[in-house]
Amino acid sequence: MTKVSMTVNGKAVSAEAEGRTLLSAYLREGLGLTGTHIGCDTSQCGACVVHVDGKAVKSCSVFAMDVAGSEVRTIEGMANADGSLSVLQQAFQDNHGLQCGFCTPGMVMASAALLADNPKPTEAEVRHHLEGNICRCTGYHNIVKAVLAASGQDVPAVAAE
Amino acid sequence: MHNFEFVKPSNIADAVQAMASEGAQALSGGQTLLPTMKQRLAQPETLVSLTAIPEMQGVCMGEGGLHIGAATTHATVAQEAASLYPGLAALAGGIGDPMVRNRGTVGGSVANNDPAACYPSAVLASGATVVTNTRKIAADDYFQGMFTTALEEGEIITSVIFPVPAKSAYVKFNQPASRFALTGVFVAQFDTGVRVAVTGASNNGVFRWAEAEAALSKDFSAAALAGLSVDASEMINDLHGTAAYRANLVKVLTGRAVTAAR
Repeated sequence: MTKVSMTVNGKAVSAEAEGRTLLSAYLREGLGLTGTHIGCDTSQCGACVVHVDGKAVKSCSVFAMDVAGSEVRTIEGMANADGSLSVLQQAFQDNHGLQCGFCTPGMVMASAALLADNPKPTEAEVRHHLEGNICRCTGYHNIVKAVLAASGQDVPAVAAE
Repeated sequence: MHNFEFVKPSNIADAVQAMASEGAQALSGGQTLLPTMKQRLAQPETLVSLTAIPEMQGVCMGEGGLHIGAATTHATVAQEAASLYPGLAALAGGIGDPMVRNRGTVGGSVANNDPAACYPSAVLASGATVVTNTRKIAADDYFQGMFTTALEEGEIITSVIFPVPAKSAYVKFNQPASRFALTGVFVAQFDTGVRVAVTGASNNGVFRWAEAEAALSKDFSAAALAGLSVDASEMINDLHGTAAYRANLVKVLTGRAVTAAR
């Protein structure tokens, strides 16, 4: 075991890790940040998405040691400084963008990365961007609505509704 | 996953030295290797991360065409090659999903040579050069069948040089669950002729469709393919599609790529 250090949600942290320790395990077991979910552990589902140096990645498919020294942001770092929900999180609540909630951390992190690059995405762009995030409740329409609402756009009646 | 020693060299010489140890395996973006290791299909003793080597990063025009550092991610290629080689940038932007594109790299894809990967078709259709720590390998000599390449033990791809065609496009038909290419075709029109490379379809991995190249070099239109057919005997036959289905896809997608080329 080796001490692996990085910055998580603005704080310098370190925890023991082996070579094989995944970033998802490092966050959850090493740091106790269990908001990052592990759905499939095969990089299909996207529940484990976090940001590494501003880029969304699937933390189950990255070794902790490979991102030592990086700036990592997880769902625990998404709320405002006063603890209130961020615009994006609030939009998920307002638009019923979660059902069981399991996929939500990954959905929020993937959506936040989209909005950082593309502040006013179209509905099609939102759907395309969330291709790597699976909602087992199949609640996609309201998730897409939430992202559009968070971008300050009118939320249309989405397709197939 | 079995444990291993993790090393992350900051230059090519150190990486080559690390790769010389028994049971060493190169790690780039890891988007194929990590799932493979989780299934214990790969059990390296040492993993050599190639993502912290500055000379293996980045996209720039240079001698022979577009130089792409082997550890450059698909997302970076999609963005930085967009005006330099639009067909290649579009291919990179269509691999996997946004998170996979933020980790996966061109060198990793080309070294692995998955028969359903997108990049090998661009490398072969462009007539690209695979540059390693010891030599330069022409695309036509590099790909040697599914998961098989000209790379020697311990050899590291450092960059890939893509000649830029006048027009190009990549069109793939996604396998709907994995989103790997059930079949994908890259068409590249150069002043000297047209090259057509097909991924996802053949038991022998990525290949050039010579008849289509000849026809398209005379007449660069989908109509030029009308009289051609693809031999299904070497095509992959699995639950996602029969060999005949893939053979037909090769022709259909080649036509679509020609029409889409710009």
